[in-house]
Amino acid sequence: MSLNEFFNMGGYAFYVWTSYGIALLVLLINVILPLRQRKKLLGDIARAARRARRDTT
Amino acid sequence: MFNNFFHKMASPKYFYRISGRLIPWLAIAFVLVTLAGLYYGLVKAPPDYQQGDSYRIMFIHVPAAWMSMFVYVVMATAGAIGLIWRIKLAEVVAISSASIGAWFTFLALVTGSIWGKPMWGTWWVWDARLTSELILLFLYLGVIALYNAIDDKRTAARAVAILALVGVINIPIIHYSVEWWNTLHQGPTVTKLDKPSIHLSMLIPLLLMAVSFKLYYAFVVLMRARCEVLERERHTGWVRELAETK
Repeated sequence: MSLNEFFNMGGYAFYVWTSYGIALLVLLINVILPLRQRKKLLGDIARAARRARRDTT
Repeated sequence: MFNNFFHKMASPKYFYRISGRLIPWLAIAFVLVTLAGLYYGLVKAPPDYQQGDSYRIMFIHVPAAWMSMFVYVVMATAGAIGLIWRIKLAEVVAISSASIGAWFTFLALVTGSIWGKPMWGTWWVWDARLTSELILLFLYLGVIALYNAIDDKRTAARAVAILALVGVINIPIIHYSVEWWNTLHQGPTVTKLDKPSIHLSMLIPLLLMAVSFKLYYAFVVLMRARCEVLERERHTGWVRELAETK
């Protein structure tokens, strides 16, 4: 099988690669979202804790 | 000792630490299994005698559809555990599963649609399987919306658990829809009592991708659950300490 044949997917290239592309996108989104959320949360919590300490002293 | 183990596991702080160590290993296993699955699915497996190469969408579509139902059952079970034994961690797992389950359902529907176009000649039909899977997506979205609509997280988790449990009725409907209302979607070839009616060269990548999606869910649900734990425990000492040392 040549590389061209492989990418051509027997004429179904559009359907096959669109499906795999969307799958990749969905899998990536679900890893990136919690990573970003965790970073933001930790930042927010640290800021709130600093503020609380400043206010009491 | 056994009791002690569960008690410890259910403590948010302990969970946060252990899950943090587990996630990289699950992610590595996911990547390896996926690469093997893609190799067998896209390179090794022969074209289908009727559908040509278009059937390779199956290696995404079927595992995604399986996961859409599997994650729902996990969510409802975790919800029930939270409801009955008031275990915070079960509530966290339930709500963390909801968004991932919704994404798997979305993926199953979209890849099914893309597969349907060249094979059935249409992107969408109101076939029983397709319709019940769409209802599953709405159930997930309902769970997420309800959780976000209630400020108190513990009350929200209880409400969501009840909704999720009522929705479980849809799971057998999805599974048997292809037998009860036999219209356009094909029947099961793997999940039936008989021998699977699929050739080994196609079954191997299918099962590899099914394992890959399970591993993916395992580490992503832990990532989400850790965020949820941080959010809920944000006023406790250990979370503040953690945030300030980062």
